[in-house]
Amino acid sequence: MSDTPWHKKLLGGFKRTSDKLGENLTGLFTKSALDDQTLDEIEEALIMSDLGPAMAARVRAKLADGRFDKGIDEAGVRALVAEEIEQVLAPVAKPLEVEAFPRPQVILVIGVNGSGKTTTIAKLAHLFIEQDYGVMLAAGDTFRAAAIGQLKVWAERLGVPIVSGAEGGDSAGIVFEAVKQATETGIDVLIVDTAGRLQNKRELMDELAKIRRVLGRLNPASPHDVVLVLDATTGQNALSQIEVFKEVAGVTGLVMTKLDGTARGGVLVAAAEKFGLPIHAIGVGETIEDLRPFDAKEVADVIAGSNR
Amino acid sequence: MFESLSERLGGVFERLRGRGALGEADVRAAMREVRIALLEADVALPVVRDFIEKVTEQAVGHQVVKSVTPGQQVVKIVNDALVEMLGSETAELELDVSPPAIIMMVGLQGSGKTTTSAKIAKRLTEKDRKKVLMASLDVNRPAAQEQLATLGTQVNVATLPIVAGQQPVDIARRALQAAKLQGFDVLVLDTAGRLHVDQALMDEMKAVADVAQPQEILLVVDSLTGQDAVNVAKNFSEQVPLTGVVLTRMDGDARGGAALSMRAVTGKPIKFAGMGEKLDALEQFHPSRVAGRILGMGDVVSLVERATETINADEAEKLAQKMAKGQFDMNDLRAQLDQMKRMGGMGALASMMPGIKKVQNAMANGQVDDRILVRMDAMIGSMTPKERSKPELLNAKRKIRVAKGSGTTVQDVNRLLKMHQEMSSAMKKIRKMGGLKGLGALFGKSGGMGGMLGGGAPTGGIPGLPGLGGGSPPGLPPGFEKFLKK
Repeated sequence: MSDTPWHKKLLGGFKRTSDKLGENLTGLFTKSALDDQTLDEIEEALIMSDLGPAMAARVRAKLADGRFDKGIDEAGVRALVAEEIEQVLAPVAKPLEVEAFPRPQVILVIGVNGSGKTTTIAKLAHLFIEQDYGVMLAAGDTFRAAAIGQLKVWAERLGVPIVSGAEGGDSAGIVFEAVKQATETGIDVLIVDTAGRLQNKRELMDELAKIRRVLGRLNPASPHDVVLVLDATTGQNALSQIEVFKEVAGVTGLVMTKLDGTARGGVLVAAAEKFGLPIHAIGVGETIEDLRPFDAKEVADVIAGSNR
Repeated sequence: MFESLSERLGGVFERLRGRGALGEADVRAAMREVRIALLEADVALPVVRDFIEKVTEQAVGHQVVKSVTPGQQVVKIVNDALVEMLGSETAELELDVSPPAIIMMVGLQGSGKTTTSAKIAKRLTEKDRKKVLMASLDVNRPAAQEQLATLGTQVNVATLPIVAGQQPVDIARRALQAAKLQGFDVLVLDTAGRLHVDQALMDEMKAVADVAQPQEILLVVDSLTGQDAVNVAKNFSEQVPLTGVVLTRMDGDARGGAALSMRAVTGKPIKFAGMGEKLDALEQFHPSRVAGRILGMGDVVSLVERATETINADEAEKLAQKMAKGQFDMNDLRAQLDQMKRMGGMGALASMMPGIKKVQNAMANGQVDDRILVRMDAMIGSMTPKERSKPELLNAKRKIRVAKGSGTTVQDVNRLLKMHQEMSSAMKKIRKMGGLKGLGALFGKSGGMGGMLGGGAPTGGIPGLPGLGGGSPPGLPPGFEKFLKK
């Protein structure tokens, strides 16, 4: 599994959609103009990639606007769709950089339950270690059974220090201790895990706001990054997640996980347009190398099945 | 964020008022809106198509009952069809075999299998008096087996001792043997999360199913799932004989269209709904509630539940007595505002209540937000105790002081006073109508949600909420709308 180059893996996942788009669209594009039926098909294919009805309708409208009367072939239509998507995604593609001064750069990782926070943290840590940064983890998820154990296993495998407390303890306390230790030992990057929480749970969101405040106590600039982890299988609720987490915890960027399945995570397109938050990376598998920078053109192309 | 279906349909049907039956063109126009509502709720597109086709057939020629608008009639038809499709009968676990009965949990990563396993084990132990053993076959995710062991201790259910390095099929065999030898009634097998396109892991799942021959194979699905639900459901049901579905995270604010997709693609009943992180938060699936949610018609039942959960019974009782005497001062208003905050702020309330679009719009435009509650609280906080119990004391001079003290303006203070006045006259009306017993009647007049509250509440009709049911727009205290027009 790990022998496969990552882009193949990613393309492998995306390919199924592109194939589907292909199946849906092939034969339709022999016509010389984009008629309503063709536009409908494009719109539906986009909806099936989780772009959401509103976003899909906008892409459709754009396509209908300019090119309705021009003769256009299948590849042309795919390129058009890809172009529209890329235009939306390009401004938000921004990798996570370590540039905080004074160090450490504190990265708070948040999200709903089961979105893949802990695994993403391990992958992020691996990425930074490869760039020769000193990394420390903080086990802020004191709620879920064995969550601390899970992060500890990763810390051991990666050979990085970890600050943890007792299960059921106060995560804000652990987080504070972690910032202190990281500052004292001259760590470059501190990545903080948090318990998963649904965005409509008031108390849990308050707790998150508290963790954020505590992080800022030793260094007002911290947390430098607040990364919201989104599951690609999530549908339109991802928009609500972004909205609420942004308000409560000041999300600065997104990571989308589980893009190695058949889910397209097309909701990112809608999110990019609505919130304009940077998209840092995508998760494309279970191994530690499976976190890749977000490339707008590539993602747009595979969604549209285009090879511009 | 989303428009409710009734509102969407309202526009379509405005010109149709007074017609006798639903014509084909009307229905088609309406179905376009239904389609968008379903897609926004994340129902998978192929399922939406089938559903729309079916419902269109049913709706054409349907007589419009006199008392309702065509829009309402269509909503009802759609709603009924949804409920029917989601499964009108409740489905229980089928464990009537010579023990041990085996339940196998399957699903994607992060869908909530392990937590659900523990919840089901707890339920079987406590409700059905079964002796349950749990075993985790998840050798992929670090500490997954420890997680189930910890949960087992929490719910007092035995777990299979962990043997490091053992493979899933072997663990399944060992679990089976242990369950037989030690006389367990039920064995719950929690498997690793797997992507449906990962054939190696799917084969492993099939191998486990072959060895264990489970009575129940439950697919655990996150209710936040989008269009991919179809692929997941299809692939899993092709590989193993699923017997049911568990929808997790139904306590979130997703519209839960995945429920419909799952039901349509697998054809299997949804047996449980996960309603929270606590280990007793596992419920029977309620098709009608979910149908309402999918259509964006508000989840009134959940609102009532939330209300009963968060409203302090003693406080409510005290308020009820005061109201019965026709007294309602600023302290009481403050207590009410506080309750609104505790129920998750206005956003949460508005999202659960039907027909409260005005407020939601205002919130979306940034004209009103939870800070209004804070500001009103500040204004009341800036009054002297005397003023709070006798608001009529507030003359111009005092109002200026209150405004300064709370960082607001005199106009704001006036609005607050007006609101209080309207609320207290509403209280008096209630008293005239026969005290608390009249509450229900008043609520009944002011819209559906009030009626539900008046009827379904345990102690004295939730006096904490009269304002919510009494005014216009429905669902907010009378006079509250004045705060919106800023």
